Amino acid sequence: MATTSEPRQLPARQSIVIIGAGIVGNSVAYHLTRLGESAITLLDKGPLPNPGGSTGHASNFIFPVDHSKEMTALTKESMRQYKELDVYLECGGIEVARTEARMQELDRRMVSAKTWGIEPTSLLTPAEIREMVPFINEELLLGGFYTPGAGVVDSLRAATIMRERAVQAGMTVAANTEVLGLDVEHGRVTRVRTDRGDIEADRVVIACGCWSPRIARMAGARIPLSPAVHQMIDIGPVARFADARTLVDYPIVRDMDTNMYERQDGGGLEIGSYAHRPIMMDADEIPSIEESALSPTELPFTQQDFEVQMEQALELMPEIVGDESVGVRYAINGLLSVTHDGLPLLGETPEVAGLWSAAAIWIKEGPGAGKTVAELMVHGEAEIDVYESNIARAYPHQKTKTHIQARVGEGFNKMYGIVHPAEQWETDRRVKVSPYYERQQERQAVFYEAAGWERPQWYESNAPLLEEFGDRINRREAEWESRWWSPIINAEHLALRERAGYTDLTAFAIFDVTGPGALDAVQRVAMRQMDVPVGRVVYTPVLLPAGGFKADLTIMRMDQDVFRVVTGGAWGMSDLKWFRDHLPADGSAQIHDQTNAWTTLGMWGPRARDILSSVTSDDVSHEGFGFARWKEIEVGPLSVIASRISYVGDLGWELYVPIEQGARLWDIVAEAGLPHGAVPVGAGVYGTTGRLEKSYRAYGAELEGEYDVVEAGMAWGKVKEPDFIGKEAHVRQREQAPAATMCTLTVDDHTSASGVKRYMLGGEPILTAEGEPITDAKGRRSFVTSAGAGPSIGKHILMTYLPPEHAVVGAQLQVQYMGELYPVTVATNDSTPVFDPDNSRVRS
Amino acid sequence: MNILVCVKRVPLTGGKITLTEDEQAIQTRHLGFTVSPHEECAAEEAIRLIEQHGGESVVLTLGPPEAEEQLRDMMAIGIDRAIHLVSDGGEWDPQATAAAIVAAIEADGTAFDLLLFGNESADAGNYQVAVRVAQALRRPCVTGIKAITADGDSLRCEQEVAGGRDVYAVPTPAVVTVKEGINLPRYPSVPGRMRAKRKPLSASEPTRADARLEMVRLVLPPGSSKQAEVLGHGPEAAPRVVEILQEIGVV
Repeated sequence: MATTSEPRQLPARQSIVIIGAGIVGNSVAYHLTRLGESAITLLDKGPLPNPGGSTGHASNFIFPVDHSKEMTALTKESMRQYKELDVYLECGGIEVARTEARMQELDRRMVSAKTWGIEPTSLLTPAEIREMVPFINEELLLGGFYTPGAGVVDSLRAATIMRERAVQAGMTVAANTEVLGLDVEHGRVTRVRTDRGDIEADRVVIACGCWSPRIARMAGARIPLSPAVHQMIDIGPVARFADARTLVDYPIVRDMDTNMYERQDGGGLEIGSYAHRPIMMDADEIPSIEESALSPTELPFTQQDFEVQMEQALELMPEIVGDESVGVRYAINGLLSVTHDGLPLLGETPEVAGLWSAAAIWIKEGPGAGKTVAELMVHGEAEIDVYESNIARAYPHQKTKTHIQARVGEGFNKMYGIVHPAEQWETDRRVKVSPYYERQQERQAVFYEAAGWERPQWYESNAPLLEEFGDRINRREAEWESRWWSPIINAEHLALRERAGYTDLTAFAIFDVTGPGALDAVQRVAMRQMDVPVGRVVYTPVLLPAGGFKADLTIMRMDQDVFRVVTGGAWGMSDLKWFRDHLPADGSAQIHDQTNAWTTLGMWGPRARDILSSVTSDDVSHEGFGFARWKEIEVGPLSVIASRISYVGDLGWELYVPIEQGARLWDIVAEAGLPHGAVPVGAGVYGTTGRLEKSYRAYGAELEGEYDVVEAGMAWGKVKEPDFIGKEAHVRQREQAPAATMCTLTVDDHTSASGVKRYMLGGEPILTAEGEPITDAKGRRSFVTSAGAGPSIGKHILMTYLPPEHAVVGAQLQVQYMGELYPVTVATNDSTPVFDPDNSRVRS
Repeated sequence: MNILVCVKRVPLTGGKITLTEDEQAIQTRHLGFTVSPHEECAAEEAIRLIEQHGGESVVLTLGPPEAEEQLRDMMAIGIDRAIHLVSDGGEWDPQATAAAIVAAIEADGTAFDLLLFGNESADAGNYQVAVRVAQALRRPCVTGIKAITADGDSLRCEQEVAGGRDVYAVPTPAVVTVKEGINLPRYPSVPGRMRAKRKPLSASEPTRADARLEMVRLVLPPGSSKQAEVLGHGPEAAPRVVEILQEIGVV
């Protein structure tokens, strides 16, 4: 069989050039050929099969359970492929706990395992851990989380087999070939320049691991990651392993509280660490293959950074680590790729068409990510919806070296950390501040980060509201749920519901689609009818080709040929790219990013009209200014775009002004609101409590590629006549009974076994009354997509997709949280909200 | 029996060596450091001799502050204590180095039965320091040794020569330089590493004798960075092999 097809001369023209022959590049190559692509060349500057990147020194183990759905899905798919390639050795893995806080985290791991369907898993006592890992000092431990399916892979072998398969399908491989440049013409990649000649190409995939930023910059694109050091040593020979049957006879141990792992590797023991000081590098600084003593990504070990780790490994595994005859045979500072938010960078770069990123991927995600990128290239969508890993997500400041290094440095030591779902980054904050920032500081706002903006989550200055609303506001007794939370959020919520609240929405991403082809452009992307009169605001899903959700957003028709798209900040840049990618080819429509040009202040509540009418002479009556309309109104000296929609389910407006006039708008609204008892409210109300009481779905929680409009309960009205992306699938989905539907549930009893009331935060599995997981006909587990308080209804609200047999109002189910089960009831099984079910408030 | 081992901190290079811009040193930005391979064996030999005969093993280096790393490495595999002659990092010529070592031995006061050196350093390779130290201390010196056996007040030292071995009986105190292959140095254990952190290390700043050797500049030998090209595997590779043989005029 052909093991290489090393050409003497590179082909002059190819459809696709893949740069990087590690686990990722080879996987992308294999899947592209599997999907029928041809004329592909795979390049690497290094020799094969180990070109010297991170694949060559990876510890190669896989623990499938992660709190992230997307990462778990990529890992699961990768495990499937490794098994199919026959390079997966299942040995099990145990995450051990030294602290009580970690024991609670292990309960969360159990929950995530059940939510994502990774089974079996179990909690172990120290004695049980000792039985499986007889060389561990169980006296240090309180318990462990056991995943029998964890294992070790041969990633170089997997890469080789995938490459061989691609070569059999006709792919060309060129090792020892260094890329010197990437040519771009009219925003599209056209040519790869190498030290062995140039290749013209329609598409180029950068799968260069920690070198990716350097290669991307050759085309003027950014792959925002930083190479970071992971220290690893191998000690041996270990007498106990002398008669090992396999490479790994004992479960891999992750010593979570010390940020370390220990695993058998044949006759030795590998000890790795994420505990040392973050050591980052620039992609340009990585030494060449020839200059490296081992390989470019196996840098000299810095012993001083590993001293504490040695002591910790010694106390955990004294029998082996403390053995004088066991020596440190190999020690490296291994380079791996880390990003500002810890997620991979997948997809076409927003800067250069045809230039694709398959970067910041580790061994456990490699084949799954490779398959996903190949599918995105061929079909425009992938079986696993990787919206969180979309490279287009990054805002400009998130691609700077300063930001990346700050966040990589901060995130590095959280690799095995106990990370609260609402935990905020501390480094490189205050890059983007809204025009209200100083006023918010005066009101003692607690700022969270939203799309890089500083955005109040609640205002400490609203603490007096706690007294006003008294018993209607829950206090959270358990530390975990009270972390990154305040009862003031619920008080602000009630103030809004009873009077009015105004909230900072500067983090919105805003872009205008303009030109004679603008209507066609938005019709093509938006699911709902966009051929509406000027002055209308349309809330619409944006679909993927197969009918799943790409986005949900609002579009204002500003003029015949001007449409203003407003979308959440989190995915704003991804959405911008989606619209841009689908503009008409004839240039009849353009897109203009207005995100940093406009600020938005939302104001809602029964007094909202009184407040607004007190500062404008324009007609804001229901008759004069109906729901889902926008108007330009005068507020003091400001010309304001007022849009009458609501994400909290109350009467009110989004008020848009040019960003430099925002502070004035705030002052006018605050002053006019004072006599009405209006207060500033944070995103805790806007994003969670207000939204959940109205059962409003959020992209990234309820709405994602894996679910369609019918399942989300949003298929109201007729399907519009003009074609749009996903239409065919959408029409078909309307004709079928949904496999699951979005339901709103309320928690019936919060009392845990210890008597403490507990409040779910999202991500928990929904179980039957008998305690069994619920799986729909498409194999999807039911889990809590969003969770939060409903202060007006006095209940804790959960949203989840349920298959038809459970999607029944009044059905009694359970939710698993921190190792215990709590009873829940299905409150609504369509878009009917639990608060103000007739939506009379928003239309008053 | 008391043994002093002298080591030098040298860069751990890859296949291709690059020089600093002024051509006065090897570019070490990405490199790790080690001791010369012969010296690693010298340390291992010292440890084995002390294990057999008792006594104290001491490691000495003349080098920059960072050379403490190498002293700890040696103590991690079993050397008892260290003497660090802290230099400014520049290269000292063999005479200055030997003078500083002699002064340090005298200052330390220990009656060393054996001074062990590597046959030559991995970087400068002057082959002189040990001989100069022996000369200054008026001690017998044998070089290039591949086996040492202690026998009372005498050492049996074997030197590899073409076609066999020369064997020397050397009275102690003596100076011996060893070559790689005399033993297989052990890896440090984790407890050894941890003990090394706490072992005594005395640091002092030596006086530098006037240099009599001046380094003008370093020059890289030509043609050292060629790479092998895989022509193929199995019978498939044959046509390409034939082509190349034709190209170079062999067939």
